[in-house]
Amino acid sequence: MKPTPLSIVAALAVVVTYVRAIFFTPTEAIQGPAQKIFYVHAPAAWVAFLAFGLVGLASVLYLWLRDDRLDRIAEASAEVGLIFTTVVLITGPLWGRPIWGTYWTWDARLTLTLFLWFIFVAYMVLRGAIEDRDMRARYCAVLGILGALLVPFIHLSVYLFRTLHPKPILLKPDTPSLPPEMLTTVLLAFGAFTLLYAALLRARYRFAVERDSAHRPDSHHA
Amino acid sequence: MNGKSVAAVEADSIARAFGARRAVDGVSLRVHSGETLALFGPNGAGKTTLLRLLGGLIRPSGGRALVGGAKVPGGSPVRRQIGVISHRTLLYDALSPRENVEFFARLYGVASPRDAALRSLERMGIADRGDAPVRSLSRGMKQRVSIARATVHNPKVVLADEPFTGLDVSGARALSRLLGELRESGAALVLVTHNIEEGLSLATHAAIMHEGRLVRMGERASIVASEYADEYRDLVAAGE
Amino acid sequence: MPTNIATWSPPVNSVVGDALLVAKKDLTIEFRTRSAFLSVVVFALLGIVIFFFAWDSTAVSAADLAPGVLWVIFTFSGLLGLHRSFGVEHQEGAIDGLLASPISREAIFLGKAGANLVFVVAVQAIAIPAVSLFYNLPLGGIALPLAGIAFLAAIGLVAVGTLFSAMAANTRLSELLLPMLSLPFFVPIVIPAAQATAKLLSGRPVVDAVAWLKLLLAFDIVFVAACMLAYPFTLEE
Repeated sequence: MKPTPLSIVAALAVVVTYVRAIFFTPTEAIQGPAQKIFYVHAPAAWVAFLAFGLVGLASVLYLWLRDDRLDRIAEASAEVGLIFTTVVLITGPLWGRPIWGTYWTWDARLTLTLFLWFIFVAYMVLRGAIEDRDMRARYCAVLGILGALLVPFIHLSVYLFRTLHPKPILLKPDTPSLPPEMLTTVLLAFGAFTLLYAALLRARYRFAVERDSAHRPDSHHA
Repeated sequence: MNGKSVAAVEADSIARAFGARRAVDGVSLRVHSGETLALFGPNGAGKTTLLRLLGGLIRPSGGRALVGGAKVPGGSPVRRQIGVISHRTLLYDALSPRENVEFFARLYGVASPRDAALRSLERMGIADRGDAPVRSLSRGMKQRVSIARATVHNPKVVLADEPFTGLDVSGARALSRLLGELRESGAALVLVTHNIEEGLSLATHAAIMHEGRLVRMGERASIVASEYADEYRDLVAAGE
Repeated sequence: MPTNIATWSPPVNSVVGDALLVAKKDLTIEFRTRSAFLSVVVFALLGIVIFFFAWDSTAVSAADLAPGVLWVIFTFSGLLGLHRSFGVEHQEGAIDGLLASPISREAIFLGKAGANLVFVVAVQAIAIPAVSLFYNLPLGGIALPLAGIAFLAAIGLVAVGTLFSAMAANTRLSELLLPMLSLPFFVPIVIPAAQATAKLLSGRPVVDAVAWLKLLLAFDIVFVAACMLAYPFTLEE
């Protein structure tokens, strides 16, 4: 694939951000170097939810307008979103272990991300299980919308669970009082990841367009 | 076709594509009350898809289909007028013929559904097996039940896709008689069949479908059966 | 004997009336063959027994174990039962007969979901007393609230499960796909149900479980509506 301007900018942004994060941002006093995983974990989570939201939106629009492009956007966003969600689920425990002593905490955000992962996987499996393009688009759109509806209920269930089952107070992952250098790095990271998402989304979309046009001979024959 | 006002079933440049493949590619036809259109054509010509379009089971990708002047797919009043006979039986294996037909009679809002179901089964000569589960019947008997199911509500439009499949001689006779009765009471029939003699014997009009389009459409009266069969073979061969 | 089409005026078929017809048809088929129901009941009972033998009764009390067992079994036996819901329509293509008839798509969905609801509730009616019996956990006092929780949970399960089984029936890998699609959606049903059951079993007043019940009810309302609206999109048109 030839690199587009967007992907070049995105790659640059990522490189700049992480050079800054590793070498030019102060190490957090209490958590130590492991805290730097946060610069991957938090932006990845943001992108995961963004991707999920886009799948939901594209799904609604598809069922309304029946435009194939919307289906391809949903497909691309789901696959890219799955990657970022996996990154969140891997960096979470990697960060958690050195700091809190456990790999997994059932904190609200991580749990919600886990469910995002399940829904993304289900979405991809559903895609793979249907040959007919129209049916595939419709079915995935239904799943996309229902998945979006599910999110508040998962959140509420976990929230209610935690308020009724108080656990020892854990360090909150992103304390609001970040020193300015860290804040800048975090914001840079969010920006870089968003650009990265956009670039990957576009590439994946293009791939879908090419794949679909390859399957489409322009003839009358059955 | 005669110039009566509203056709019982009508297609207006109707088309349906599945991805890139155009199964039905601009078909226009009109069948009036009391007429029977026999539709011939090789496998893959689009006859089944056309019937599904006329029955409102799928939406057209272009053009439109009308039953009694109303668009299909449409609401309940339109669907009440349509009866669909498929080459699949469309039955519930675990239920008896009577239960199957009665269920559909109720869905179609037929008065006295139980009696109507029985009468419909009698018409197809299968009432004596009315209470055994459909699973235990032979293919031909299942087809009779399927026909009874499709016509219990005395539809004004009957769309039959190879309805003679599996029927023995007496079954075929019962079906022909039933189609005649329906026609006499004003129904319009579209009959898809491979059997040219059989189709022509029942039809008032005949058409050949090939690669999604209608070629050769005309009144039965102007057709000579033996020549038609030859014409059909030539047409199909020429297209390949 | 010529039949005159003009003589009868069809009564207006309502969504609920049609749904009841479909539900009755499905239940007739189900209880005539009975094999699916028996299989699911046996599965549930075996699951309950397995959990019993995997349980260290000195570490965990019956009241602590039971909610988990009950609702996990509910989830998986529910899945088993849902699977056959649309199979019967595709066997001989009967779904085409339904779709060609005047019945509305929503009525088809409601009817099938209704039949599934009866099925799931019937299994629960055996599984819950079985837990009480095998784990020596008298449920007398909380029977009514527990039945309420079970019913609400069943509604949610059936709403989502009926829709997904309609979809899965049209795909390859349908046995795998149904659990993959459904289980994430069953979680916000099972958590409130299990938590509320736990509260009741530990002798707390019903009022403590109310927050969970409200969540369950909200889920039911949202997803019954959403799934009923989504169903027509799963049909080829």
